[in-house]
Amino acid sequence: MDTFDLLATIIKVVIVFVTILVTIIILGLAERRVSGFMQYRLGPNRVGPWGLLQTVADGIKFLFKEDIIPDNVNRPIYLLAPVITMIPAFMTFAVIPFGVPLEIAGHTVKLQVADINIGLLYILALTSVGVYGLVLAGWSAGSKYPLLGGLRSSAQLISYELAMGLAIVGVIMVSGGLTFNEIITHQQATSWNFWKQPLAALVFLVAMFAETNRLPFDLTEAEQELVGGYHTEYSSFKFLMFYMSEYANVITASGFMVCLFFGGWDMPFIDEKALGHWGVVLSVLAFVSKVGFFLFLYIWVRWTFPRFRYDQLMRLGWKVLLPLGLVNIFAVGLWMALRA
Amino acid sequence: MTTILFYLFSALLLGAALFVVLNRNPIYSVVGLVFAFMNLAAMYFLLEAYFIGVLQVLVYAGAIMVLFLFVVMLLNVQPDRPHPGLIHPDRWWFGIMALIFVSLFLLLIGQGVRALLTSPAEDAAGMGSVADVGEALFTSFLLPFEIASLLLTVALIGTVFLAKKKV
Repeated sequence: MDTFDLLATIIKVVIVFVTILVTIIILGLAERRVSGFMQYRLGPNRVGPWGLLQTVADGIKFLFKEDIIPDNVNRPIYLLAPVITMIPAFMTFAVIPFGVPLEIAGHTVKLQVADINIGLLYILALTSVGVYGLVLAGWSAGSKYPLLGGLRSSAQLISYELAMGLAIVGVIMVSGGLTFNEIITHQQATSWNFWKQPLAALVFLVAMFAETNRLPFDLTEAEQELVGGYHTEYSSFKFLMFYMSEYANVITASGFMVCLFFGGWDMPFIDEKALGHWGVVLSVLAFVSKVGFFLFLYIWVRWTFPRFRYDQLMRLGWKVLLPLGLVNIFAVGLWMALRA
Repeated sequence: MTTILFYLFSALLLGAALFVVLNRNPIYSVVGLVFAFMNLAAMYFLLEAYFIGVLQVLVYAGAIMVLFLFVVMLLNVQPDRPHPGLIHPDRWWFGIMALIFVSLFLLLIGQGVRALLTSPAEDAAGMGSVADVGEALFTSFLLPFEIASLLLTVALIGTVFLAKKKV
């Protein structure tokens, strides 16, 4: 690795990190404005033009609030839990490519922080570790509602994770590789995986909502029954860390979905790699707009569907999504065997 | 660089493993075990066995330990119960377990020393990749692989049988 590559990597890390943070700020506002729009009201529109600075004001408020640590918490684990949630949430985006490689002064810069040969498994591994933060936060708070939220999140994890893995297997089978670049290049050469495997895309979409603990599967923080769920006893910046991790996970899950089933940075009918720098710009725009659509979908679904009950989610995961995932694998295998 | 990292992860791994065994609070032990698995995964990464390393995190640290934590949290074992005496006439099987453990440990150390004395095997290109592991599983290790899956099926059916009140 020479100086150029090192510098390029550092710049990419900074750009991706800052972009995620800015997107979180925008999402925080979009969530409230879109929900206002869907409920026929305005939503926050007083801070800055069109309320654009509302999330910034909220963030500053979180920083200046008193940080309360209740008496009966298990201190070391209580303090550790937000960190355990936040680190994997910000690490996962590293393997997602957001555009075609850029040519600068004879060097090729991949628009992706880390191109590792097991990119898909990396995301799955890290997201399954991230759940410890929720479980431990719930346990360490020393109160019954967070404990229930934490227990639910671990039971939720084992219900959807298998279905999610099975949905991904079909994609890996057709593209023949575990890196995002192979998957996207294959989709660009043929057609988007969504058209080939709509069933797997559906299973993945449902599992994705469960993974990010968003409505209709936000059982870990169901406010009507569990106060705030696992983060009930957290205040100030520690609460902000949970909040930011949730949105970071939402962004990564959208990027993951786009790369797996919707061609990643691929813009249909255009060969981005032949267009030089304009191709790079087009591909980044395509990726950003696709991810933006899924971010909107998250908010849209939130105000459209009621919350599933706890046992309904487990039944959905084990008795519906898991068999559907298996059916998809068999169908893809049969199709590949017949074509070969 | 690799050597320094190897010693760092080894020290963290051993420290975490001791923490698991010596700690009286079961939740702390579970967290320590997760940390130990992470360090083990890091050791696999140092050996360039990325697939095995990620599986270590995904399966052991990610899935199995979440179930451990779930069970420990549900049982709510109190950490401060009185410690039963270690040496007691009723606990003769402790001695047998210790004997088995020590002999296995000595066997492993012997193997390690023997491996150190011989020259290391050459790494083939792409060793430990997904394709490599998959090919080995479905060709040379097909029989053990199928036996393992049979074992898992038996365990699965047994669990359903035990958990279901009326079959």
